[in-house]
Amino acid sequence: MAEPAASPESYSGTSGLAVSLRGVTKVYDSGVMALGPLDLDVRQGEFVSLLGPSGCGKSTALRLIAGLNTPTSGSVRVSHRADQTRAGYSIGFVFQEPTLMPWANVRENVRLPLKLARAPVADANAHVNEALMQAGLSEFAQAYPRELSGGMKMRVSLARALVTDPDILLMDEPFAALDEITRFRLNNDLLSLWRNLRKTVIFVTHSVFESVYLSQRVVVMTPRPGRLGAEIRIDVPERGEDFRTSAEYAAYCREVSHALTPLQSGQPGS
Amino acid sequence: MTSLETPRLSAEQAAPQSRALRLVRILLPIVVLAAGIALWELVVRLNHIPPYVLPAPVAVFRTLITDWPVLSRSLLTTLVTTLEGFVAAAIGGIALALLFNQSKWLEYSLFPYAVILQVTPVIAIAPLLLIYLPQQTAVVVCAWIVGFFPVLSNTTLGLNSVDRNLAGLFQLYGASRMQTLRYLKLPSALPFMLGGLRIAGGLSLIGAVVAEIAAGSAGAGSGLAYRIAESGYRLNIPRMFAALLLLSAAGIVIYGLLALTSHLVLRRWHESALGKEN
Repeated sequence: MAEPAASPESYSGTSGLAVSLRGVTKVYDSGVMALGPLDLDVRQGEFVSLLGPSGCGKSTALRLIAGLNTPTSGSVRVSHRADQTRAGYSIGFVFQEPTLMPWANVRENVRLPLKLARAPVADANAHVNEALMQAGLSEFAQAYPRELSGGMKMRVSLARALVTDPDILLMDEPFAALDEITRFRLNNDLLSLWRNLRKTVIFVTHSVFESVYLSQRVVVMTPRPGRLGAEIRIDVPERGEDFRTSAEYAAYCREVSHALTPLQSGQPGS
Repeated sequence: MTSLETPRLSAEQAAPQSRALRLVRILLPIVVLAAGIALWELVVRLNHIPPYVLPAPVAVFRTLITDWPVLSRSLLTTLVTTLEGFVAAAIGGIALALLFNQSKWLEYSLFPYAVILQVTPVIAIAPLLLIYLPQQTAVVVCAWIVGFFPVLSNTTLGLNSVDRNLAGLFQLYGASRMQTLRYLKLPSALPFMLGGLRIAGGLSLIGAVVAEIAAGSAGAGSGLAYRIAESGYRLNIPRMFAALLLLSAAGIVIYGLLALTSHLVLRRWHESALGKEN
């Protein structure tokens, strides 16, 4: 575990693709076929949601892209900026839980990736301040995780993912445990971050509504083993509360739900 | 760790009954103690029990004062032994746990022997140690043997209880082995380690006492346990009680100091050290 996350092959992003999976499968030690074969291309700057029921391998796919696991077969390609050598640098990962160090305050938690990369302190401070500001945490820099609400902890997790200024942001059901009001607010903040920072976002969720609201493309995955079920483009340039209550939004949600339904039949509940 | 004063609103608003409850929790044991001592004194006086059978509390306290020069020297000896054993146990236990954590091979080869050392009663090992080692060393080794296992096993548990997602995060950002140990494993293990140290403190005292008793007949020792054994031979029962009182007090102080240290180190973040209002 000391080695840098190694597996994803890197290539310079001339093709405009941020992430490219080809025939990727993952079989766990227990013999469970969790994924694949899966083909998936994500363009640079795109916001893609992976949608599916629990246990459909969407988190597994995300961990493979992050290099946290290695695929059993197939290839995972992740584009890198030329000036960055470490895989970890160009990817930011937000886990399902906030995954914060309880013994460190918000600032130290956000600083962690830079500390591990041994970035110069003055440089790191500037990046940390910027990330805290982007996530709306500037006033809470000295607070400890236990003093924060669930939504705020998730913001810290997001700030930590942003602090290395990654090209790709991988988010694994980040808002699933939050109440709806907090989730809506974080959805909006995430969208404005995405618009301003132009990152590639791969967002795993099991919420139809969230996936439609956030993404340019919803990828519906079939359960056990996880495969590509359907793809729905959401061609809406402007997102906001108007969109959330529009007939267009409802129509998209219906379409995605329908894409999800046949995949469910005959499957044991999970 | 940087410090920050968070507003403790709920502490300010704490209902008066909770403060009263805390007062009761402090006062009750004191009342019980006072009643017990009074009863003891009364029983001894009314029945005219001679001090070589059961000394009255007042006689014990009087002995404590008159024999203070002898007893204080013995107390110091026992405390030094305990401290040496405790420090050795702390360093040995933590160092061994770190080694085990870095190398599974080492853990598989040595851990069974750590267990054997722990489960063999120290009172049975002490006479052997006294044969092969100088007495002072043997006594410290006894204190170390009983103290180090809780530190080892608790630290090992702590090092293995790292949050899986946090470990993944460190892997994602390419953390080195040393960085993972320093920034992730050690802080995660800290509460467990402190718990182990808290147990080890009391056990070191027990180890020191056991070894002193075993060494007692050999003569040269002058710790509190030796005083108890010696006073027993001389039927100086009040002094036995006085020495016992000092041993108890030493144990309480050691536990209190370690508990306080643990609280001060963890109070910013760990569940065990947080007030109920959080």
